[in-house]
Amino acid sequence: MPEIKISIEGLTKIFGKNPSAMLKLVDAGMDKETLLKKHGHVLGLHDINMQLHERNIEVVMGLSGSGKSTLIRHINRLIEPTSGKVMVDGEDVLAMTPGALRNFRQQKTAMVFQKFALLPHRNVLENVAFGLQTQKKEKSFIDHQSRMWLDRVGLKGYENHYPAQLSGGMQQRVGLARALACDADILMMDEAFSALDPLIRSDMQDLLLELQAELHKTIVFITHDLDEALKIGDRIAILNGGKLVQHDTPQQILLNPADDYVDRFVADVNRTRVLLAKSIMVDEKPEQNADSVTCRDDETVDTVLHTLLSEDGSYVIVENSKGKRVGYIDKETLADSVFQIEKKSAA
Amino acid sequence: MESLIVWLSEFPSLSRGELRDFRKGIDQAFREFTQQYGAGLESFFDPLLSFLIWSERMLLAAPWPLVIAAIAGLAWLGSRSLKVVAGVIISLLLIGYFGMWEDTMRTLSIITVCTLVAIAIGIPLGIVMARSNRLQAMINPILDVMQTMPSFVYLIPVVMLLGIGKVPGMMAVIIYALPPVVRLTNLGIRQVDSSVVEAANAFGCNAWQKLVNVQLPLALPSIFAGVNQTIMMSLSMVVIASMIGVTGLGQPVLKAITNQYFSLGLLNGLAIVAIAIIFDRVSQRYGLRLQKHRQGGHHA
Repeated sequence: MPEIKISIEGLTKIFGKNPSAMLKLVDAGMDKETLLKKHGHVLGLHDINMQLHERNIEVVMGLSGSGKSTLIRHINRLIEPTSGKVMVDGEDVLAMTPGALRNFRQQKTAMVFQKFALLPHRNVLENVAFGLQTQKKEKSFIDHQSRMWLDRVGLKGYENHYPAQLSGGMQQRVGLARALACDADILMMDEAFSALDPLIRSDMQDLLLELQAELHKTIVFITHDLDEALKIGDRIAILNGGKLVQHDTPQQILLNPADDYVDRFVADVNRTRVLLAKSIMVDEKPEQNADSVTCRDDETVDTVLHTLLSEDGSYVIVENSKGKRVGYIDKETLADSVFQIEKKSAA
Repeated sequence: MESLIVWLSEFPSLSRGELRDFRKGIDQAFREFTQQYGAGLESFFDPLLSFLIWSERMLLAAPWPLVIAAIAGLAWLGSRSLKVVAGVIISLLLIGYFGMWEDTMRTLSIITVCTLVAIAIGIPLGIVMARSNRLQAMINPILDVMQTMPSFVYLIPVVMLLGIGKVPGMMAVIIYALPPVVRLTNLGIRQVDSSVVEAANAFGCNAWQKLVNVQLPLALPSIFAGVNQTIMMSLSMVVIASMIGVTGLGQPVLKAITNQYFSLGLLNGLAIVAIAIIFDRVSQRYGLRLQKHRQGGHHA
């Protein structure tokens, strides 16, 4: 069982003039639309309970207005909740004094923003140094760290450029380096790649995964793009209208959508590139004996499909990384997994 | 019916006697205030006065080529433009050639002192104003009054308080020139990209770090526009302030108006314009240079 890094309990946020009075109405079951029409208050988040695991990439996904950006800002208390609790490493973020909160933000969290939010009057190196300067670290240390991280995100040689001279993707690399340089456990990314071109976005996702394989931070990643969520998320939390609908692994979200909303969300996804052999395999051996092919349990369905078709097999034997046989996939299961014809229970 | 017509055509006002008593009362009260605190206020402004006198003496005592070289040097530091520097030197030479050197030096020193004081008061005030909506709502109407009240009117209490001379003149100039730098500092800070401010918060900046590293640098173009306006307004106030004893280019202009000396007025007026242009070009160029990162373009 992984360690819990961030724990959010009963978090509700109501925007407006008198949120605490509205809290009772919302708790009594008033919905978002009525609250807005009758009382002029906006329900941002309602009764969110979730645990974010250490060393995971935890994706929070939803369409605009679903409250995902509001949610992430509660973790470092850029937004004060109307009610609820936010615990990081067992520490109550909402009980911190302003000084303690600043220390917490400096040391425990770092953030990457959708619109980059770089300082236009500082060059790239000085931008990366921003967090460390705020922490009042020693000059030589700041310089060394900033150059190192700039190198890691692939921007060596751009130290003296100004942000306005860089492309969007490069600017976000600066934003990423600035956050990583802080050496915080928690990296919060608010739609960090949403403003980038598809190809560059894909590059940035790869860069993030590559860095994460080495750094093992707790990453809270906000996105509205399901493909992005499936690609990088260890787990995905889906928000709809300020409520948490489902919080699970990508496999489970594809195989067992919690409700119609999630179902519609995942309908257009290219499932074969996400689903893994181990998620769809069964224990029983198919009856036909001949023409089997072998695959690993962590291969995606489209790889399995390719193997099966190119080697002209009739069913698949699934093995784990140690070569031990762990299950079977027949043609029918494979076909069903491409288009979800009937919902299967948890594998 | 008839009384109604009278009532409608004659505005219901205080009688002459009442009005006189009302004004007398205010004047009396202010006079008493003046008698009580005038001397104290005057000594409060003593350091300012000695600063002004010192800068005036220095400009007047120094050999003129040295002064021109110094001003040209400052213009170069500010603008890094040979064209601007050449303009500065030619204007100053012409001013001296037409016999306005001493008055110009006096005006230059009072403008410099007034602008420095206005900036020293105005930028902190603008910063405080940007931090509180309530303070903004309080200060804004005061700034409106300062800007729109005819300057002759607030010359009266200043003269009553401090008499005729340099200090009341400076007060009048500062009051008149202060609003733009306050307003534009406030506006500039409020218009700083909220996502950058949020980033500063997210990285744990305290209020001072946020102000110095984020808000002021990003508000700089706006603050600079304010300083520029403040300089221009204090220059335009120099003529009016000459009515209460401020020496400099304003006095010959005043003399020219009362005696219909057209050419005297024109020459001194042109000298004021020349100083205004020098200040404007140098400060604008300096502001632009501070913003060099904005004209980035793609080098990548």
